[in-house]
Parts: sequence; structure tokens; C-alpha cells
Amino acid sequence: MLARAQTWWTILKICVEERLVYRGDFALGTLMRFLPIVTQIFLWTAVFAAAGSGLIKGYTRNDVVAYYLLTMLARAFSSMPGLASGIARQVREGEIKKFLIQPIDLVTYLLLARVAHKFVYYLVAAGPFALVYYLCRSYFPGWPPAEVMAAFLLSLVLAFLLGFFLEATMGMIAFWFLEVSSLLFVYMLFTFFFSGHMFPLEILPEPWKTFVDFLPFKYMAYFPAAVFLGKVQGTELVHGLMIQTAWILGFIVLCRVSMQAGFNRYSGYGG
Amino acid sequence: MNAVEIRQLQKSYRVYQKNEGLVASIRGLFHREYRDVDAVKGIDLDVAQGEFVAFLGPNGAGKTTTLKLLSGVISPTGGQARVLGHVPWLRENEYRRRFALVMGQKNQLWWDLPAQESFALHEKIYRIEHENFVRTRDELCDLLDVAHLLGRPVRELSLGERMKMELTAALLHSPDVLFLDEPTIGLDVIAQHNIQKFLKYYQQERKITILLTSHYMKDVAALCKRVVIIAQGEIIYDGSLAGIIDRFSGHKILSLQFADGSMPGDLARYGDVLEVVEPKARLRVDRGSISQVLSSVLANNTLEDISVEDPPLEEVIAELFSFSAEQQKSDELRNGQKQPARASSQINLK
Repeated sequence: MLARAQTWWTILKICVEERLVYRGDFALGTLMRFLPIVTQIFLWTAVFAAAGSGLIKGYTRNDVVAYYLLTMLARAFSSMPGLASGIARQVREGEIKKFLIQPIDLVTYLLLARVAHKFVYYLVAAGPFALVYYLCRSYFPGWPPAEVMAAFLLSLVLAFLLGFFLEATMGMIAFWFLEVSSLLFVYMLFTFFFSGHMFPLEILPEPWKTFVDFLPFKYMAYFPAAVFLGKVQGTELVHGLMIQTAWILGFIVLCRVSMQAGFNRYSGYGG
Repeated sequence: MNAVEIRQLQKSYRVYQKNEGLVASIRGLFHREYRDVDAVKGIDLDVAQGEFVAFLGPNGAGKTTTLKLLSGVISPTGGQARVLGHVPWLRENEYRRRFALVMGQKNQLWWDLPAQESFALHEKIYRIEHENFVRTRDELCDLLDVAHLLGRPVRELSLGERMKMELTAALLHSPDVLFLDEPTIGLDVIAQHNIQKFLKYYQQERKITILLTSHYMKDVAALCKRVVIIAQGEIIYDGSLAGIIDRFSGHKILSLQFADGSMPGDLARYGDVLEVVEPKARLRVDRGSISQVLSSVLANNTLEDISVEDPPLEEVIAELFSFSAEQQKSDELRNGQKQPARASSQINLK
């Protein structure tokens, strides 16, 4: 157990070091993420002006902007740039062999690498995030009570895990189809619309609303934001967290199973 | 005890058979024809602990596939193999901590970080005791003369330096079995020589079992007493390097130097004329008739010098490979092209 913990720690350290190699590219990429905020604020201001009434499906303009800022934070946890495509590349180019030959678990390794990746990202992005939230503080209703805050933080961590295992599972498909970029594009579209990244999911008409309830995507953006804003409370909140956890467990199993099947299928492409 | 035991090991791949042209490509979207390629066709092989064995064979002969099977990267279609008592494709960690695979064309180190970081990771994943780790690392770096490069990002190393780092990484956990897939590919002569020297020394010191594939005959000649030739997925020779010539070459090379102006015009009656630069000539003569030809040459000519040699090993092996390739072609024609390519049993000279 101790040996395993030391291995994990070493992987984390090395991955952080690796992330820091390309610091210029990293800093730029991080800052670019904040540009869409301005356009979103203008967009929703215009939408509410056109609608005339101050309320759309229970959301005021301020609510929507706050919601958008919060999903951005949730996405910072749940989005996994390059995870699935990275697995696909490793399969195609044969680098994946390393994980078959050496006594190291692929999923554990990827998860640790992702934790390191996120850690460095938060380190760089914490300043800009704080600044944006400070400037936009008037859109927020104020700090939620401590227990809601705790649930919010928990839902963020769970969003990270869900995003990771979902996308890692997508990556494992590369063992069957070497090229997964179009599949990833479809996946990206799905998350874009059904995670609540673009708009609060309450806005969706039936049957879409119910449809989205049965998908895992909403736990990657909508759910944490809704928790923070107090849209989900009490037993509904507890249920939400439980469903989110259930999705994670489901994808952990699926990811493992598809990895094993993929390894058995793998024929060692590329020399 | 044998380190490696292989029984009737088979591996066939299913490959998509694409015909040429756009129409065929479009047809391929709806209906695909597959073909089974037998990369390894039921080979048997035993390698004793502490042996250094070379796999020779043309590209696509099944050498690398065999190494992949033995290192558990792929699972076989049939047959059995045990390495150190483990079935490789079960990929048990106990097995994975006892062998290493180094591929000349693949990089296993962290590209953007210094090699010492990769080594540190190996220390942990292979559960090497720290003192052992430091000692082995320093020893290997010393032998390979790379200690001064430990802190430099791997991407900035030359190919030769990187190969040395790969070897170091692979040997840190003191594996009992080492698989080397063309470890000197693309290296210059000096770097090749250094790697050879190192491997020879290390193998003799540690008595580990090494299976090596290489296209450089010099690697093989310098390192391995035992050579296994694989062609079309079958073992066609297993023995010493020198034995290859005895077994596969029916010729000797006869070099003659005639006294001034005495070179006869009809050299061809003694054998195939390879080269004539007066007053010297080189002939290829059937092994069986060499003594007869020699006495006849000596009786009828005035000679200043004469020598009889075996043909160069590389030529013999090239001949052998092209022979088995032709066999395969004629087999395919006979069976129709969509049939799986089967090797002929006629060349099974073992």
C-alpha cells in the first residue's frame, strides 16, 4: 500500500514537472478561456431586454450570468482536453505498449496525470478566476450557506471524476476504431448542449428536459451551478449527488472493462 | 531450467484487404474483404537461462511478433509460451517486474523530461529498493558513459544517447530476461559498437537471458552464439552463426592470381565467374566439386596465389531470405491469393 502511494506521488510529481515545461502555451490557453465571458454577459443582457419580462423559467438576468460563471468553474473541473484523443494517439502509435509491458496501471496513471494537469491549471487560473468573479460579484445572490457550499465543492470533485472516467471510456474505443476524432466531436456536441454549459437546462422544452435528466452530462456543468444557486435543495440535492456518484461508478466499471477488452484485442500497431 | 519455452505458438492477424483505386475505396465502405496473415506459424523454441539468442529474418518474418508475444503485448492465436514460468499475455505484475523490452524504434522515456525522472518512476513502479536503485543506476550510467546526461531532457539527446538511456531504464530493475528489438537501428558505427560492448559485458556479468532481433550481422556476430532464423513465421534454422554457411551455402569462393599473362580465356568451365581483374579472378564453385576444380586449375595454369573461402555470411543469409520469399510467392499463386499465406514445408530444413 505504501509502495503504491509512493508510486502515485512520484507520478504526480513528474506530471506536474512535465506540465510546467510548456508554461508559455499553458498560460496563454488559460487566459483565452476567459474571453467568452464578456460576450455571454452581453448576449444574456440582450435576451432579457428582448423578452421584456425580468424572469425566464425562474432565472433573472443576474441569475443567468451567475449561472454561466459557475458552469465555467464546473467545466474547469469536468472538461478533459486531450484525454480521449491522447489515448487514441497512444494506441495508434503504439506508445500504449508501455502500459502493457511495465507494471503500471493505465487508468491510474491517466487519472494522476490529469490531477497534476488540473492542479497546475488551477495554479495558473486561480488569479484570473478570482478577478473575474470579483468583477462580476454583483450578479451573484451572495454566498450560499455552509452546507450548500460543501455540497457544491463535493459536486465539483465528482464532476471531475465523472468527466475523467467518461472521457477515458471514450478514449478506450480507439482500440476498436483507431481514429476517434469524429466520435469525440459528437461527444463534444452532446456535452455542449446537454451539460448545461450554454444555458440553464430548465430552459429546455419537454421532452428534452426529461431526456437530459437521464444523461450523465448535466452533472458536469449544470448540477454544480444549480447547487450553488440553491436551485437544487434538500433531498433533491442528496439524490443528485447520489446519481452523480452512480454515474461515476458506472463509468469506472465501463472504463476498466473496455480497457481490458481493448488490451486483449490490441495487436501492437506501429512496429 | 529454461527461461523461455515456446510450444506451437501461433499468431495471425486479420488485415483489411484494400484494392487500388477510388471505386474500391468506396466499395470498402460497405463491404470489406479481410485476409488472415499468419505472422507466427506454430513455432517451438527453448532458451536456457543465461543464453544470448539472436533472431534473424527478413522484415515481416515474425521476429518482432514473437517478441511481442513473449512480452505480453499481444495474445497468441494458438499455442503456448512460458517465460520464467509465467504466461506472458496474462500480464501479471510478478512477471512484468522480471523482464524488460527495449525497442530501437520506440521511445519509452518521458520525452520532455530528463531521463533521471523516468528512472525515478521506474524505481517506484518496479519497487526497487532505493539503495539498489542508486547503485544500479550509477553502475549502468558509468558503463554506458551517460552520467553527465541524466539532467538533460530526453528530446535533446542524440539517438545513440537516447538508446543508452533506454537500456539503462530497462535494466534498472535487474530483469532476468531482456528482449531487444533492433536496439542499434539507426545508430552510427561507433554507437553500435558501444552498445554491443555493453550488452556483451552486461550479459556475461549478470548471466541474464537475452533475445535480440537485429538486421546488423555485426551485432549478431559480436554477441550471440546461438542464432534462430525465422522466415514466414517459421523457424528455419537454429544453431551457431558459422553453421548457417555449412547448412545453407552450397558454394565456396575460389580466388586465383595467375602468373603474368597466363590467365586462360575459358575460366567459366571451372565455375561461375564473379569478378575478373587481371591477373586476378574470383569464381564461385560448387562445394562438392571444389577439390576436383582445384586440382584441375593447378594442373593447367601457372598460379601465383590461390585461396578458397566461404561466401560472406550476409550473402548467404540474403540468399536464404530471398529463397524463402520466392517459396511464399509460388505458394500464394498455387493457393489463390485470398487464401492465407502458408509457408512451404519444403524449406523446413531443420
